[in-house]
Amino acid sequence: MTSTASTAPPGLLVFQPKPDRPPPLQTVGVVGWLRNNLFNGWYNSLLTILILLLLVKVVPPLFSWALFDAVWTGGRDACTAGNDGACWVFVADKFRVLMVGMYPAEHLTRPILAGILFVVLSALSIFRLFSARKLVLLWVVGTAGCFWLINGGWGLTVVDQSLWGGLMLSLGLAVIGIMVSIPLGILLALGRYSQLSVIRALCVGIIEPIRGVPLITILFMASVMLPLFLPVGMEINNMLRVQIGIILFSAAYMAEVVRGGLQAIPAGQYDAAKSLGLNYWKTTVLVVLPQALRHVIPSMINRCIALFKDTSLVIIVGLLDFLGMTRASIQDPNWLGFDAEAYVFCAFVYWVICFSMSRYGRSLERQGGNE
Amino acid sequence: MYLLQLGVVAGIMWMGYRLFSNTQANLEARNIASGFGFFSVEAGLPISNTLLPYSPADTYGYAFLMGVLNTLYVSALGVLLATLLGVLVGVARVSSNWLVAKLAEVYVETLRNVPLLLTLFFFYTVVLAGLPGPRASLRFLGHCFLNNRGLYLPRPLFQSGFGLVAAALALAIVGVVFFSRWAESHRQKTGTVLPTFRIGLVVIVGLPAAVFFLLGSPLKWEYAVLKGFNFRGGIVLRPEFSALMTGLVLYTAAFIGENVRSGIQSVPKGQMDAAKSFGVGKGVIMRRIILPQALRVIIPATTNDYTSLVKNSSLAVAIGYPDMVSVGGTIIGQNDQAIEIIGLWMAVYLAINLIISLVMNIINSRVQLVE
Repeated sequence: MTSTASTAPPGLLVFQPKPDRPPPLQTVGVVGWLRNNLFNGWYNSLLTILILLLLVKVVPPLFSWALFDAVWTGGRDACTAGNDGACWVFVADKFRVLMVGMYPAEHLTRPILAGILFVVLSALSIFRLFSARKLVLLWVVGTAGCFWLINGGWGLTVVDQSLWGGLMLSLGLAVIGIMVSIPLGILLALGRYSQLSVIRALCVGIIEPIRGVPLITILFMASVMLPLFLPVGMEINNMLRVQIGIILFSAAYMAEVVRGGLQAIPAGQYDAAKSLGLNYWKTTVLVVLPQALRHVIPSMINRCIALFKDTSLVIIVGLLDFLGMTRASIQDPNWLGFDAEAYVFCAFVYWVICFSMSRYGRSLERQGGNE
Repeated sequence: MYLLQLGVVAGIMWMGYRLFSNTQANLEARNIASGFGFFSVEAGLPISNTLLPYSPADTYGYAFLMGVLNTLYVSALGVLLATLLGVLVGVARVSSNWLVAKLAEVYVETLRNVPLLLTLFFFYTVVLAGLPGPRASLRFLGHCFLNNRGLYLPRPLFQSGFGLVAAALALAIVGVVFFSRWAESHRQKTGTVLPTFRIGLVVIVGLPAAVFFLLGSPLKWEYAVLKGFNFRGGIVLRPEFSALMTGLVLYTAAFIGENVRSGIQSVPKGQMDAAKSFGVGKGVIMRRIILPQALRVIIPATTNDYTSLVKNSSLAVAIGYPDMVSVGGTIIGQNDQAIEIIGLWMAVYLAINLIISLVMNIINSRVQLVE
């Protein structure tokens, strides 16, 4: 107050702000974060403490089972020596079967090459090194190449399809399923939007019944009923029948996804195309589809993830895909009692593939599909 | 254009004719009867879980009906439980408690990115088969037992007079519905808010409870008891059923949880702030402002998840729970009448899904904006 008195005329009070107080410790830094996010109110504090107790009880045993106490090296005997941890040796021993099924050992380089090709294609798509159109072309050529490598022919020994299996089969069914069902789904969706009532009815008649029933019944139909529909004496092997079932099933869902995109196109676009004198196909291919597909890329990726997960159902009609091979290896009399390891590994692989696909889809979504 | 449509119609008819004649020829060549005559033949197939009394001496038609009932039962219970858990997960996803939100996210991302079939196998062969035997059962809540043969619960035995308790409950519910309608119109007229929820709770719990105790507790329990190597009496939930239910509910709840999350997040933050600045209470904000707007997003997406739950219940066939697909599959194996059984499957699934869409559309039309 003394300084005020010296500068201001006597008797006049001048407002003198005090210096700002520092922010309370409880809203900044680690303590503040903890208070805001874990201990805001008695209810949340109680919840936090309960969850922490639960985590302390569950997480360390899980880690010691999966990592610290686990057996990573050695043979069958290493796992029986009174160990509490997981036996990853089992997975290592069955690795080849899990990946490629009963594929003959002398031709093993071929699925490996196909796998490398697949990984390269995926990497090219993830890092978007090419334009969308080139990528589609690359995938078509690449998948055909993979099929040739695995199946044989044109100079390579043909490997019978009953020997295919494991993750290779799951991915194969999914990739071919996706690549055929997307164009088919687009056609079905366009048909549903067609001016011609017969075609519209036909497309609705295909899409709705398929979407209304489980994939299992479609697979049963493909494997039990389809042979009855073919001319007497004509046969299609089981794998192709199942693949056809998967394609039809997926196409119906893709059609619904594409329909969502078609609905988002403003009517002015059609009018503009018409006033430029474009016919139906030119309008569709040059104006409508490029915009519609851009809208639906995220949902299409979701459908791809669902399709990949759905391929696991083929074990019900007798194909041994990744999950099927996992189940088969559990039943090996030399390796009984490692169900948990097998399923955890299988789930982990499915999870990594599906999760990265969904992250990729989300990154496309954030970009607004600028491809 | 008409020519094209005529051509399509002719093509479909020709294909239909070819299919029909091929099928006829194939059925004759394989000596398979057609028609539903086999439905009145004695089935001779044992079914482990049925809702109504069943013996292998019953007909195929009755056996298939048991499967249909099981499918309906699993679907209905699954929809109910998945909704409850899904809402919980969705609310946890947007919780202000960081730990709760993260835990819910881990749950959703794990379950969504692994095939349901794998989850089912995991619960069936690792979790439930890993439980102790009947003699070392886990005992909880007094008279409930859990072991690798199933979950044993006490069975309620309704004594005479329990009907009155049920009637009291029904009366209480009807009364509360009318009371809440009156309370709402009263609020709109006068602005006084009555504690409808609390009064309703007291009436719905209190009235039946009063009747129950006045009549001298007309309810007894039949407990499961260990006799020899296994439990007798009580209600038994077999591992097949428990595994199917757990898997279906956990899987679907992850999807419903995501719908609930995106629904809540779709309500602009300003709505909450505006309501708060008017001094509206927290519960009322949730019930009257956030929820009605969130439901517009939640319900259409959840309808899809309900229908996929019904379709996914067909995975029961993989773990041996006798649903419609499992029983039907056995019948196909016995008499090769695939066309009839697959046709019935499709009809039943389509019917269930139509009913779900119908009910959900009615609910949806009530929550959508009236313009």
